[in-house]
Amino acid sequence: MNTNLYNYILGIADNSLILGQRLGELCGHGPSLEIDIACTNISLDLFGQTRSYYQYAAKIKEEGTTEDDIAFLRREREYMNLLLVEQPNRDFGHIMARQFLFDVYHLLLLQELEKSRDMTLAAIAKKSIKEVSYHLRFSSDWIKRLGDGIEESHQRVQTAIDSLWTYTDELFHQTEADKVMIEEGIGVDVTKFKDDYLKRVTAILEEATLKIPETKWFQKGGKQGIHTEHLGYLLSDLQYMQRTYPNMEW
Amino acid sequence: MKKNWPLWEVFVRSKNGLEHRHFGSLHAADAEMALENARDVYTRRNEGVSIWVVESKNITASNPENNGELFEPAQDKIYRHPTFYDLPDEVKHM
Repeated sequence: MNTNLYNYILGIADNSLILGQRLGELCGHGPSLEIDIACTNISLDLFGQTRSYYQYAAKIKEEGTTEDDIAFLRREREYMNLLLVEQPNRDFGHIMARQFLFDVYHLLLLQELEKSRDMTLAAIAKKSIKEVSYHLRFSSDWIKRLGDGIEESHQRVQTAIDSLWTYTDELFHQTEADKVMIEEGIGVDVTKFKDDYLKRVTAILEEATLKIPETKWFQKGGKQGIHTEHLGYLLSDLQYMQRTYPNMEW
Repeated sequence: MKKNWPLWEVFVRSKNGLEHRHFGSLHAADAEMALENARDVYTRRNEGVSIWVVESKNITASNPENNGELFEPAQDKIYRHPTFYDLPDEVKHM
């Protein structure tokens, strides 16, 4: 098995799984019917992407592994998602701030991944770009509405940006698997678009009359499987069925 | 929500060549949000190729109380219906 490729795929796919699960928690609990459906639509887009990645990863791993094994039967330390996407749904400001900070990154990542030498990854990226472009449009619009809205919405979304900012540097960290894959022309060198990322985020935040946080201290660890306290609870929800009724099928 | 967003009517064209049809209504703060919400609420299963939204208050509706004088006189005048000739099979959506 090509362990580096396997880990590289999970490093991308786990973000979609975990963020999709977070958004799925809003099903029936969104602030309005329209926003509830919008968030769960995004969730389903992300799950669709996750499936494509996991099916590919399962094929690489062999040993009879299935996409469900990868999604539901790993331990917390084996998930390689960014800390940003596992942060809880504190309020709608947090939900949109988390989405926006990830969407800008996600789109830039996929636009590079589309050029990968690995045809499967390139194809998944190509298909996902349309979905993620809409996610970004949706979250950017909401950042502007909330930031440039009323005093309370401005305050809430500023608080969310401030508290999530500490997780943004990790987007540009690289694991061993990342480095090997970049050398082979398969992986994306995310450090290349860090400036572009900051420029795009700053432009929207300024339009939304929000301040760019000045934090110089950043959290990291998700990509190495070291997570915040929130992931365990999320996984216990996500994995409940497979753990309670092993091998059950829907 | 104590203060609801205004109501919008949603019209969706399901295929090129067909007209926009009324699909339903939704709440949104402005036209841009109404379009996005309509996309998510009414076209998420591939139902459309074009969306119109219009704020419900801009629609002037006939009063059901006037249905008698407005519509009943048309009921007994079958000669106003173009039903006395055969349509060729090729003509669709008439």
